Amino acid sequence: MNDALRILPEIVLTVAGVLVMVVDALMPKASNRKPLGWLAAVGILGALAASWWQYRLPPGTGYFGVVQTDAFSVFFHILIAGIVLTSVLIALDAVTPETEGLGELFALMLFGSVGMMLMTSAVELLLVFVALEISSISTYIMAGFRRKSAKSPESALKYFLLGSFATAFFLYGIALIFGATGTTRIDGISAAVSGNHAFGLLHGGLAMIIIGLGFKVSAAPFHVWTPDVYEGAPSPVVALMSTGPKAAAFAVLLRIAYGALPQLHGHWVPILWWLAVISMTAGNLGALRQHNLKRMLAYSSIAHAGYILVAFTALSADGVAAASFYVVSYGAMNVGMFAVISHVGGYDDHLTAIEDYRGLGYSSPLLGGAMTLFLISLIGIPFTAGFFGKFYVFAAALHSGMVWLTIVGLINSGVAAYYYLRVAAAVYSRPAAAAPIMSLEKASFPLQLALLLTAAAILILGIVPGNVLGAARAAAQTLSSASDSK
Amino acid sequence: MLNDHILTAITLLPAAGAMVVALLPRKGHTIQWFALLVTLATFVLSLHLPAHFDYARRGFQFEENRPWISSPAIRYHLGVDGLSLWLVLLTTFLAVIGVLISWRAIETRTKEFYFLFLLQQTAMIGVFVALDLFLYYGFWELSLVPMAILIAMFGPARGRQAALKFFLYTFLPSALFLVAILWLYAKTGTFDFVQLQDALTNQPSLFSPQALWWASLAFLMAFAVKVPVFPLHGWLTDTIQEAPTAMAMVVAGKLGLYSIVRFNLGLFPAQARLIAPLMIALAVIGLLYGALVALAQTDMKRLVAYSILSNLSFCTLGIFCFAVAGLNGAVFQTINEGVTGGAFLALVSLLYERYGTYDMSLYGGLASKLPMLATLYVITALALIGLPLFNGFVGEFLVLSGSFEAHPAWIAAATIGVILSASYILWMVQRIFYGQPSPLAANRPAVDLNAREQLMLWPMAVLMLVMGVASPYWIRAIDGAVSGLAGTSAGTAAAPASQAVSAAAAGQETQ
Repeated sequence: MNDALRILPEIVLTVAGVLVMVVDALMPKASNRKPLGWLAAVGILGALAASWWQYRLPPGTGYFGVVQTDAFSVFFHILIAGIVLTSVLIALDAVTPETEGLGELFALMLFGSVGMMLMTSAVELLLVFVALEISSISTYIMAGFRRKSAKSPESALKYFLLGSFATAFFLYGIALIFGATGTTRIDGISAAVSGNHAFGLLHGGLAMIIIGLGFKVSAAPFHVWTPDVYEGAPSPVVALMSTGPKAAAFAVLLRIAYGALPQLHGHWVPILWWLAVISMTAGNLGALRQHNLKRMLAYSSIAHAGYILVAFTALSADGVAAASFYVVSYGAMNVGMFAVISHVGGYDDHLTAIEDYRGLGYSSPLLGGAMTLFLISLIGIPFTAGFFGKFYVFAAALHSGMVWLTIVGLINSGVAAYYYLRVAAAVYSRPAAAAPIMSLEKASFPLQLALLLTAAAILILGIVPGNVLGAARAAAQTLSSASDSK
Repeated sequence: MLNDHILTAITLLPAAGAMVVALLPRKGHTIQWFALLVTLATFVLSLHLPAHFDYARRGFQFEENRPWISSPAIRYHLGVDGLSLWLVLLTTFLAVIGVLISWRAIETRTKEFYFLFLLQQTAMIGVFVALDLFLYYGFWELSLVPMAILIAMFGPARGRQAALKFFLYTFLPSALFLVAILWLYAKTGTFDFVQLQDALTNQPSLFSPQALWWASLAFLMAFAVKVPVFPLHGWLTDTIQEAPTAMAMVVAGKLGLYSIVRFNLGLFPAQARLIAPLMIALAVIGLLYGALVALAQTDMKRLVAYSILSNLSFCTLGIFCFAVAGLNGAVFQTINEGVTGGAFLALVSLLYERYGTYDMSLYGGLASKLPMLATLYVITALALIGLPLFNGFVGEFLVLSGSFEAHPAWIAAATIGVILSASYILWMVQRIFYGQPSPLAANRPAVDLNAREQLMLWPMAVLMLVMGVASPYWIRAIDGAVSGLAGTSAGTAAAPASQAVSAAAAGQETQ
């Protein structure tokens, strides 16, 4: 029983997911399946409450020590629940009762989040792998959900092929580490590394794992799939997969880097240093050339992965906390952006060129204003989540003496301002009278709710970040104390 | 009680007003009236500051200092000294003028306009009162957003490009500025201005001289773009052309100049002295270049833009000569530029509202048709060229006299700039108001200033005169704040400012 409490949110989500599937099967063929989305939302709220409750659970492991609930796992659980909840709301706005496969879509969102959550609490690499697969396979399917368009299945296929290749790398990395240390438990690895001389195997394993997770977080040079997949997948799905799996993958990377292999930091810090520089630069330079908003955001997400990797190199509790905080703020602003895009572009993506958004501020002050807020947060203007995230990341990096990385990163954020601003300027330029943007449907209730959630998160994280910072720092503490005690 | 929270009230009142504007209906002039109410209330509140300001005391007053975020150690620290006192008042004063000037000029999308306009006021006041570098940086960057959006929204021709240009010009150097702030924090563990100043003066061993030099450059670069200092002025003309008048009035000058004095002179005095020769040269070049280019303009708004560049270079010159009188003059001139330059832009836009063009060659002979407008125009022009009795004279006199000893050659060159500025402004007045009435002036009905326009222009005109005649009232506060700066930088204080001020006053009496 005690074991089950350690995975309570995952259990709640699984039950909700199964329920959605069963109800979906029992409903008459022609009936409206949108209520299933609300069912899913209720399930996620339950998981959110369960995660919150886990804060009161004394930190510990369950199921023979393969899952661990601590401040770190709960922090990411709540984040993932928030992301999935908002994505479901966005989906509720985007789809019509006639959209095919609605029941499956909502069920997959729930199952996917089970995987993501489990990734953050697993302390046994094989379980991490299984959770990674649960999350990935759900997202592969969801990416191809718009079967009638050519781009969506293409996106799903690309994502699947490259994704399985990356998971194979990850698995191979686990095998090598097992070869070197004789265990796949996080704490076991860190204990075994101390007196270990099988460095070749260990380094090989580390490199493989970084490649596998680098793909999942779309860090350059493992990023080539991102623009195509984001462009082809339905926007509500992109809202989820550009944030949720990334958050989970960063959590895994943090656990492995700081929990399992802290002694190897002399090796992984330079690697991540370069990954950060390449990701920031490649992402921002790529985004400059885009005309399609979804592709632009794909490149921007590569750059943001780079900023988060900067925090990894700080090698301090502050660095871990900064990375965790940044993942949250990135989640809020990116999900918010895709909420707007999903409503304006529609499920069929008929308006995704940046020029199409010209005049959004006039045709819909609410959507235009929300989009502007998300954009200035992505730029990193103070009093928004994006600024505080960057500020904290670079403060941690500079504190650890990473002057050049900080300079490169902040110059990058200056470059990035250009392409975000181009969108903001378009939103407030006068539109052509007959532009399709002028005949926009009013935002539905679920979308308004999604916008409210994300906008409030951005302002709270930007103006009074104290509580979230405290939680991020508590999460960081559990990781470093785990490694310090060895 | 009020003294403890007055700065928060002044800073946040416009933002709170903006939130209400977002909820008001778009009917009639509700939004305009409400915005006027908010800006007036803010102005009245800000009058509390000079009334209760202790002129004898050094350091910051009306301070608020409370923890905001525990780690990183960020504090909510506000305060004003003689340097920022008048700049806060200038901002709240121009906000009222800004609402009045936009009353008719902005007829569509008023809600968006006034929302962003009020937000901009909060950001600008915040820059002047924030004493925590994090908070300061927040307001500094925030001030870009409403401005850029409004330029994109209301720019008549190339609003989008101008908005991008304006934003990126300031944002890019701000990135390095942030690195410098973070570096200071990494070394000292604080963002607090007072503590940083203390650490930089008393614990120099914490910092490597080379890194300190780079940090000071990063600060200076960000501010110099904002002023703008000569080669970095690329954004200015486009912004002034494309921005709504109320925003163009506040876009240049005070934020950057204030920051240079506060931070470059306050935190990095030695480094500021090292770079001074370069800055003086750039200032004089900017002064002459701006005046010469203004001389060649036929477009009134572009002329104003270049004249602003020229006048602001004057302030930069005064700052980097490191004489007490020069610094006093520079700060005083910054305020003048806000008032006079603002009035100048307002007048030009009133002409545009009447005749639909900024092209001077199409105007002529308006003096007899619009006597009131012409009078105010001439007053403003005389203040701009620094005629004695007007505020411009005091500022120019202080800068020139205070700095002459140290840099006679540069000051001589700057004086040529003063003469040039008189030429282009008087020539402009002559072309618009005198001579034969042009076809344009003859064919349009002559509508002189209405009550609202007078209500906005007369206070500015009176202020130009009062600031010229009673300048010591302003200077004594400024002097208290900047004399220390010149002292720490020069080691020995130059001619006491009070002397120079009385000299300036004497000069006026003899005129």
